[in-house]
Amino acid sequence: METRTQTDKTVDLTKEKVRTPSFDVSSLAGQGDPMLAQNPVMIDVRGLHVYYGDFLAVKNVDMPIRQNEITSLIGPSGCGKSTVLRCFNRMNDLIETARVEGVIEYHGVNLYGDSVDPVEVRRRVGMVFQKPNPFPKPIYDNIAFGPRIAGWNGKMDDLVEESLRRAALWDEVKDKLHESAYALSGGQQQRLCIARAIATSPDVVLMDEPCSALDPIATLKIEELMLDLKKDYTIIIVTHNMQQAARVSDRTAFFSVDVSERGRTGYLVEFARTQDIFTKPEKKQTEDYITGRFG
Amino acid sequence: MTTEALTPENVERLLSGSPRRRSKERAIRWFFWTASATSILITLAIVLSLVGEAWTFISQADPSSLWEIGWFPRRGLFDVKTIVAGTLLVAGIAMLVAGPLGLGTAMYLSEYARPSIRRVVKPTLELLAGIPSVVLGYFALTFITPDLLKRIFGNQVAGFNLLAAGIGVGILTIPLVASITEDALRAVPRSLREASYGLGASRMSTSIRVVFPAAVSGVVASLIIAVSRAIGETMVVAIAAGATGGSLFSLNVLQPGQTMTAAMTALAIGSDRVRGADNAFQSLFFVGLLLFLVTLFLNVISERFVRRVRQKY
Repeated sequence: METRTQTDKTVDLTKEKVRTPSFDVSSLAGQGDPMLAQNPVMIDVRGLHVYYGDFLAVKNVDMPIRQNEITSLIGPSGCGKSTVLRCFNRMNDLIETARVEGVIEYHGVNLYGDSVDPVEVRRRVGMVFQKPNPFPKPIYDNIAFGPRIAGWNGKMDDLVEESLRRAALWDEVKDKLHESAYALSGGQQQRLCIARAIATSPDVVLMDEPCSALDPIATLKIEELMLDLKKDYTIIIVTHNMQQAARVSDRTAFFSVDVSERGRTGYLVEFARTQDIFTKPEKKQTEDYITGRFG
Repeated sequence: MTTEALTPENVERLLSGSPRRRSKERAIRWFFWTASATSILITLAIVLSLVGEAWTFISQADPSSLWEIGWFPRRGLFDVKTIVAGTLLVAGIAMLVAGPLGLGTAMYLSEYARPSIRRVVKPTLELLAGIPSVVLGYFALTFITPDLLKRIFGNQVAGFNLLAAGIGVGILTIPLVASITEDALRAVPRSLREASYGLGASRMSTSIRVVFPAAVSGVVASLIIAVSRAIGETMVVAIAAGATGGSLFSLNVLQPGQTMTAAMTALAIGSDRVRGADNAFQSLFFVGLLLFLVTLFLNVISERFVRRVRQKY
């Protein structure tokens, strides 16, 4: 009896991995998953405004992000989705003039609270960038960088192997761990960046258009990887590719932009389950955007 | 543009282009070629003249006079190790000053300083680079020695000494190290810094473990240029290190000493002809060649070193 349950589970996992990447509404992620609604909120965004100097770049974002889900942020260029993403690990702090209003609660603690050290936030909230950006160091050192600076002192070899396996890269690089990461292809570099991000064992991984510099096959691999990783991590992804959002994400936030003579201010239009956003959006704006692209 | 029928004849004429443009292209090419050829020729001419006179000197000099007592060219004593040691001591002291201060300044400007602070520090640094070395020579002689070194070392320190000269040369090379290193650090792509911060690295870890290694070729280049500059620097040493007439072999930096460049100046000034032993004049070229070889050696070594440690991005 028990053995059978085990087998069923294995089969399910395999199915998940070979999910076809072509866009098809019936294959929307999370559809028919009764567990979906019960995932607890991990990051709660309330009344978020982001300013650059005194210019309002993004306004009014309210968005509960749930654990072990993939949440995608979509919308036209300049709508502030990357800006919002970079609030989750306080990456915007690196921009002198950036200022954030509102609350981003992570496990109930405001990430912008006075006692919060952005360095500690980034150890728990990893990030993968638009262009693969491995360090010009050997593959091994790329993975070991995060744990080393965090003062981690377990068996580094094991951690490196585990991280690379987790990112589905181990078999391709196990014989050249001490060669430069720059010798890898773009897709491999991006998976290396994912391995590097999860080596510090974060519980959230942010991805800022992780596939925009990759070819379709490499993109497919990253998407499969994301679906695999969400068992252990909460993933937030910014993407220009709506099919990608539809394929991988459980919930989707659609952003749009107000253009005034002072510049562009992004705002959240609609945040819902991905299947709802793509099949029965509540706002006309969402529907126009989605059908405009797909029509 | 007039529209004309694209018959084969018309197209052939159109595609053959303008002869004027082609001759202009050739002229420009010739000009650039001449410019680079001239600079190479000049370099070769210098080296040849050095080697020629230096050879005359070596073939005439008494071999024993090249390696004992000290550097007294007017008395026929050409102890090479005296001036080589003086040069290396001054350059070494200079790098002890300019290395940490220059690299630290560059690191601060590139990784830590706010734009408003950069706007003040950078021009100040350029001001320092603009100070003529003769001024720094007197600064070393009239400030560093009496007000700084005398307070630390008391009467052990002579009025003219290698230490003050070395510190003066070091101050002179700070802007060089700082500005070349800063350029190299700032050239490191922002994406690498973001990767580092994104993994929870502090500013210090990012600067030291990511930015600095990626920029190391520029950093080493700046240090090598600074060493070459320190070895070639003449005025500060001639003024502050004393020993204008000659010097006994000594490694005591608190005492006067002679460097290769200062030795050449000391011989060449104050007269329309070089006085002293018969081959004192040729000894100038010999020292010049020695200087050239030391600098060449440094450049080759650094090239090798950079190729080995470089993290290419």
